[in-house]
Amino acid sequence: MTDIEIKRLVTIEVNGRKNTVAVEPRKLLVHLIREDLGLTGTHVGCDTSQCGACTVEIDGQAVKSCTVLAVMADGASITTIEGLAPGGELHPVQAAFHEHHALQCGFCTPGMVMSVRQLLKDHPNPGETEIRHGLAGNICRCTGYHNIVRAVQSLATTGAPQ
Amino acid sequence: MNKPTFPYIGQPLKRREDFKLLTGKGRYVDDIRLPGMLHMAVLRSPHAHALVNTIDAAAAKAAPGVRLVLSGKDLTGKIGPIVPNWVIPGTKVPYRPVVATDRVRFVGECVAVVVADSMAQAYDAVGLIDVDYEVLPAVVDETAAVADGAPQLHENVPGNITTIFKIGGGDYQMAARQADQVIRLRVVNNRLIPTCMETRSILASPEPDGTLTVYIGSQVPHMHRRWIAETAGIPEHLLRIIAPDIGGGFGAKMHLYPEDLLCPWLARELAAPVKWWESRSESHQSTSHGRAHTESIEVAFRNDGTILGIKVDTLGNVGAYLSNMASGGPTANTIPYGTGTYKIPNYQATSRVVVTNTVPVDAYRGYGRPEGAYIAERAIDAVARHLGLDQVEVRRKNFLQRTDFPYRPYGSASLVYDSGNYQGLMDKALAAFRYGERRKECETLRREGIYRGIGVAAYTHMCGMAPSRRLALIGFDRGGWESARVSIDSSGRATVYSGSMSQGHGHVTSLSQIAADVLQIPVENIDVVEGDTRQVQAGHGTFNSRSMAVGGSSLHVCAQRIVAKARKIAAGMLEVGETDISYAEGAFGVPGTDIAPVTFAKVARMAYTGHKLPDDVTPGLDETVFYDPTGMGSPSGVHLAYVEVDPETGVVDIIDYVAVDDVGTLINPRLAAGQIHGGVVQGIAQALYEEVSYDPDNGQLLTGSLLDYAVPRAEHVPNITSLFQETPSPTNPIGVKGIGESGSIAAPPCMVHAVLDALSPFGITHLDMPMTPPRVWAAVQAMRDGGSR
Repeated sequence: MTDIEIKRLVTIEVNGRKNTVAVEPRKLLVHLIREDLGLTGTHVGCDTSQCGACTVEIDGQAVKSCTVLAVMADGASITTIEGLAPGGELHPVQAAFHEHHALQCGFCTPGMVMSVRQLLKDHPNPGETEIRHGLAGNICRCTGYHNIVRAVQSLATTGAPQ
Repeated sequence: MNKPTFPYIGQPLKRREDFKLLTGKGRYVDDIRLPGMLHMAVLRSPHAHALVNTIDAAAAKAAPGVRLVLSGKDLTGKIGPIVPNWVIPGTKVPYRPVVATDRVRFVGECVAVVVADSMAQAYDAVGLIDVDYEVLPAVVDETAAVADGAPQLHENVPGNITTIFKIGGGDYQMAARQADQVIRLRVVNNRLIPTCMETRSILASPEPDGTLTVYIGSQVPHMHRRWIAETAGIPEHLLRIIAPDIGGGFGAKMHLYPEDLLCPWLARELAAPVKWWESRSESHQSTSHGRAHTESIEVAFRNDGTILGIKVDTLGNVGAYLSNMASGGPTANTIPYGTGTYKIPNYQATSRVVVTNTVPVDAYRGYGRPEGAYIAERAIDAVARHLGLDQVEVRRKNFLQRTDFPYRPYGSASLVYDSGNYQGLMDKALAAFRYGERRKECETLRREGIYRGIGVAAYTHMCGMAPSRRLALIGFDRGGWESARVSIDSSGRATVYSGSMSQGHGHVTSLSQIAADVLQIPVENIDVVEGDTRQVQAGHGTFNSRSMAVGGSSLHVCAQRIVAKARKIAAGMLEVGETDISYAEGAFGVPGTDIAPVTFAKVARMAYTGHKLPDDVTPGLDETVFYDPTGMGSPSGVHLAYVEVDPETGVVDIIDYVAVDDVGTLINPRLAAGQIHGGVVQGIAQALYEEVSYDPDNGQLLTGSLLDYAVPRAEHVPNITSLFQETPSPTNPIGVKGIGESGSIAAPPCMVHAVLDALSPFGITHLDMPMTPPRVWAAVQAMRDGGSR
């Protein structure tokens, strides 16, 4: 059997744009996003779904895109980090990260930003415990989380953006 | 643009590099895809110690998309061996092939390499290689490895000891005789995995002109160029190393790994770009680990708490081979610092560097200095506890005083602590922590059965290894200098080329602050280039908290040369003497006259037209400096932790953490605090959560993925109060000392002391890291059962 024969067609909308891609059934969504669509802002930081660097939104819900096969996302609408500031104006979560020095190496940042969006949807005005718990799916090795928590707190007090 | 506010140094500017990283436009190695790119995958040893009898690669070679399968024997004589870059005199260096030939010595060692059209095909083919191993007895623990009858790893390393290093001063034996008491401790500095969120990745691409571009997340691009050239047989001038955005380094990305050699060599062999990307689980068994020491400590003291002497024996586990800096870490980087911030005249320390059947151990955030500080701090805390004296007062009693600097600990010929004010640090930390109030609170709560404790730790160390000629004495085969180039274009905009290498540190912001103050132009007019050996003249990269002290100083001196030349050009333009000119905020003027000032931009234009230059001035405004420091800066700090321990579950809850650090002049307080936050959390992680586990019987790595290795999440760590005291270093022109490693040095002992303090009602006097709930609970149970520890 050749590669072509075992590939499946997947149609997904990513950041408002429809794409149809032929993928191996075993391909993870994160690899479709990175390799087939060239959207490399979504990162791979582990292989056991621990780190959260690959977090994207699928149909409005934050999901670790390494936990989803590309074929399972057929027909879905996906937002990646590249879709948050299309006009060059930072999304409020991104702006808060900049303001509060909530990133250093930047590798966990896209996934962290996507998770914060979900956190603020679920808890528009989270307390510190809720924030820390809400970020439990994302690992950051640089910031010690301190300034990430500050950034989220700043959004909680100024109202939750979507 | 807002009007610039000078000086920039000391301002908490927001980072200039954030935008691309926030919007998904960062460019890490694995984000780079080249046409015709092939993928490399590595078959790794599943055994800790085994003979490799035969390798059958026929099925792998026949698999779809496979271009090449090579074993160690195929590569013998072509690339390698890998040699360390730091070899302490007297060290026995084991032979380390790039890919194992007849014997493997750790789980994860490269056994064969596959190149295929896709990554999936490469991994599929790796699974088809059949290796016949003959398993040998393995040893993973440093203490077991030096025992009689232990399995031996290398013929030229009898007893598994590569290096014996001694340092000291005074007379410890005399101190022990004069002391009122002597106590002994055995402390373990647990093995860690640095865990950069971006794993290692390499892409090597042959260029039409015969050169080879190597994209690699390297902390030390120019060093990698040299090492790859020397080891893979590729002339250095044909190699261009590009380090793009790096997802954290922490010391792990500054060594020469097998894959760093295989990708470039294979790319040339196959005349195609070859990429390797390390999976996280692979990283746990292929990227260097950190720490892995056992220290036996003896401390001699008077009953008033005065420490008279310390004796230390260190066993530093370096894994199966000597990685890049491995002979230097447990030796020259560790035991010289065993007296910490204290005036302890009698010191006797020996370190033995031990090979075991484990992943090689090398630099990790602080490399040796955390282990050294742990010796001093655990010792003094044990003395305080033993005597029933206040932990703060015992430290104050033994601290070096402000007037003692520059200070040579125990009369050392090689170590100088340049400056410091430890009492000031302690005052500031105690006030911010509300020490007195909390001490009372602890006592009150204990009566209610709530076990809270306060931990204290003080540290000093030395940053920015230099000068170059001193590095020669300790076998460190590189210089201590850094280079900077400042190039002003004809519009007056500056580009800074630095040999330092940011991995999240924010050099675009901090280096431009340094340059802006000297050049007197806005930071927005300054670009910073790092991480490309074709663009950046030379360099040593970023490690040892050296970038601001050495790279920054180099830039400072270089920018001064630019201003000196610009001043000459301005004098010609204004037709006045050079000494009559003043320069500030981008304008050369003549004070006390009505001569109209000339701007820096106009001077730059003149430099490039060359129309009206003084006779002794050449055209252009472009300078390069190689700056070799005369000494090293010594950061210091006092950290305090407040914890509550639940004796029924063993869970440690961190209530508060205060860090007061003296890292000399602060370039950017916002970024500095960020370094402390991150370093402290890595230190807390060592103290409470993280530990690499090996099965002692067969050498299997038990913490083989992030499922088993406990990197802390946001909910596992506290808020951190980061404060600073600024005692400028006299060793460099900006007075900066170094900050990156402070947090991970101070936090481990601070946390251990806090937990021991909380558990003092149970009579517990010792715990090793990580102080996980089972370990803490077991210690409490042992004391409740009437046992003694």
